[in-house]
Amino acid sequence: MNEQNLSAFRAEVADWMKANLCGRFAPLVDRGHAGDGDALPDLRKEWERELAGGGWTCPGWPAEYGGRALSVAEQVAFQEEYARAGGPGRLGHIGEGLLGPTLIAFGTETQKQRFLPPIREGREIWCQGYSEPEAGSDLANIKTRARLDPETGDWLVTGQKVWTSLAHLSDWIFVVARCDEGSVGPKGLIFLLMPLDQKGIEIHPIRQIGGGSEFNSVFFDDARVSADCVVGQPGDGWRIAMTLLSFERGLSTLGQQMGFQRELQLIAVLARENGAAADPAIKMRIARAWVGLRAMRYMAMRMLADSSDPQAKLESLGYKYQWSHWHRDLGKLGMDVLGFSGASATDDPRTEKLRQLFFFTRADTVYGGTSEIQLNIIAERGLGMPKEPRGGTA
Amino acid sequence: MDLSLTEDQLFMRDEANRFLAERATSEAVRAAIASGGFDKALWDSISNELGWCGIAIPEDAGGLGLGAFEMVLLLEEIGRRLAPVPFWTTVSVCAPVIRVLATDETRLALLGRIASGNAAATVALPRPAANDPFEAIEFNAEPDGRGWILSGRCAAVFNLACADLVVVPARLNERPALFAVERSSLSAIAPHDTLDPTMPVAPLSLAGVPVGADARIDRGDLDTGDFAAPLLWARLGLAAEQVGAASGCLELTLAYISERVQFGRSIASFQAVKHRCAELLVRIGEARSLLYGAAACLDAGGDDVAREIEGAGVLASEALWHAAEEAIQLHGGVGNTWEYDPHLYLRRAQATAHLFGSADAKLSRLAEFLQEAAA
Repeated sequence: MNEQNLSAFRAEVADWMKANLCGRFAPLVDRGHAGDGDALPDLRKEWERELAGGGWTCPGWPAEYGGRALSVAEQVAFQEEYARAGGPGRLGHIGEGLLGPTLIAFGTETQKQRFLPPIREGREIWCQGYSEPEAGSDLANIKTRARLDPETGDWLVTGQKVWTSLAHLSDWIFVVARCDEGSVGPKGLIFLLMPLDQKGIEIHPIRQIGGGSEFNSVFFDDARVSADCVVGQPGDGWRIAMTLLSFERGLSTLGQQMGFQRELQLIAVLARENGAAADPAIKMRIARAWVGLRAMRYMAMRMLADSSDPQAKLESLGYKYQWSHWHRDLGKLGMDVLGFSGASATDDPRTEKLRQLFFFTRADTVYGGTSEIQLNIIAERGLGMPKEPRGGTA
Repeated sequence: MDLSLTEDQLFMRDEANRFLAERATSEAVRAAIASGGFDKALWDSISNELGWCGIAIPEDAGGLGLGAFEMVLLLEEIGRRLAPVPFWTTVSVCAPVIRVLATDETRLALLGRIASGNAAATVALPRPAANDPFEAIEFNAEPDGRGWILSGRCAAVFNLACADLVVVPARLNERPALFAVERSSLSAIAPHDTLDPTMPVAPLSLAGVPVGADARIDRGDLDTGDFAAPLLWARLGLAAEQVGAASGCLELTLAYISERVQFGRSIASFQAVKHRCAELLVRIGEARSLLYGAAACLDAGGDDVAREIEGAGVLASEALWHAAEEAIQLHGGVGNTWEYDPHLYLRRAQATAHLFGSADAKLSRLAEFLQEAAA
């Protein structure tokens, strides 16, 4: 697609957003992003169906699964325009961006027929069951067990998942569990698709430092899942789980950055309004944030270019570390722009947004691989330095 | 905008890397330091045999007609080894000034000389540490028969002693004009004892030096603002050398720590050491990304290119400083000896940290830009 067609496409997205993100959906503008993920859930579910009606869910999926087979450039343009218009955080993201591509790659025909259409239509919301109390940075240390029920042929799952984003708003969860008794690490795992609404599953919200509850603990006690909901073969769970994570990187990146840009703009506007921008130190920090954001933009473009440049591949390992630290600093900058008045709640939704940003950005350097794990990955995979020693198999 | 490197670009970069790994070794750089910071044999190879100086010179002037992006790739490799050659001043500082501001006739003649590898060149920047290095031109030109008389002084001209061609900005009837002076026509050059011995600097004094009519090369009616466009190339080129140098510094550090054993294990296996190297890589990657974005903007002719280049200058300078500081720390005791190379990078980092303004000065200028844009 040439530049001209691409800008026509951008205009189409922008027009659609303008015509639809208004009226009863107006309260959704800029809501529901990380830190605010549990906001207005019913309206956001309706928004998912509205998007689907406009043909804007799963636009990157192949046409045979109901997608529009958009090119990378078009998907990036969509993400950017969606974010530019203040589009709300997507409840459908996990299904559309992670599980869908995984099923397209590894699912059976029956699984594709059963699960893909409701994702595309915005009717079923998914969440991700990976982390456990004993499997955080050491993700392969999974203790949740899946055992085959010889009578029914179903799998019975027992254990606990944690930090499960939006489980309380979801219909289904994909779970990585240990199916080979006595196996350790990445071996002997199974990837399961489980309905959340059943008697063996309990969801407990976790209250976060900002006061909200996007995350949950999910408890499984002989929760049941039929054998046709296993993706791949039992024992193949780790490979599927890791491939799923690889879908997460890249495409949503530029949309995320558009969100960052809106946050930075908000901070700059408030700094002008309340006089903080007259402080040279604040001005410099805003300029530095701008420089960092530009660098991230070009880094993302180098990553998406998918070139054979080993330098770009090496440096893309640093992207998570780069954006999460940038964003955490932005959270602090926002509060410093508010100054002392930021310590008290107000009824200005803009300052409330900055207070939430301040709290939630503390988590940016933790979830999705802590900064310490990121640095290990860069050092070991990127720079070829020796691997961390592992402890015994306690 | 596409930031992937084409096959040709990758090939060019890898070949430059391979060539300089052979020719700009630590021993060769140190030998050049002992003789004024100029490796003449290396320069002859680069300029004459390999034709690198023509990289971004238009084809009608005998160059390769490639862009800022390709120039950046070569400068990174030069910077990686601190290769003691006047490549930056020739290709990024002088050639763009000539290309943008000279008359057609002199443009073709002088760029042709540079492209064919027959002229190492520099510009006597009046204020190299200022945001606008042309803000106060201290040379004066006066008509003298059919020629001109040049007088004045410039405290610090990069690569003056090894240049063949020096472009001198001078005031003529209160407006800036440009004169091309052959270095061979100047009296003896007395280089400074510079912090960075791989990037020599010398003062230029002209006390009523007569030059011919054809020495004036500008197209006339110049304003100081006209220098902004060619200077973008100089700023970008400096950032490219800094990013390359930061990478080179990380490489030599990784090589050292992989050999060094303490407590019975390679010090590269300590997480404290791994994390410092990894963080450095992140910072270098950040600087390189903005560098490439800025180069692509310059080639595409975008409006915001000055901001991108300013930002790249900030990150590149800081990344190099950080790399040099970490290199000394991670080398430990030997990092503080003359014998090991980290100090050469430390010298480059500090010697270039104030060119076109410090990182803080650049950031505060960006802050002004942003406030104006938001208002």
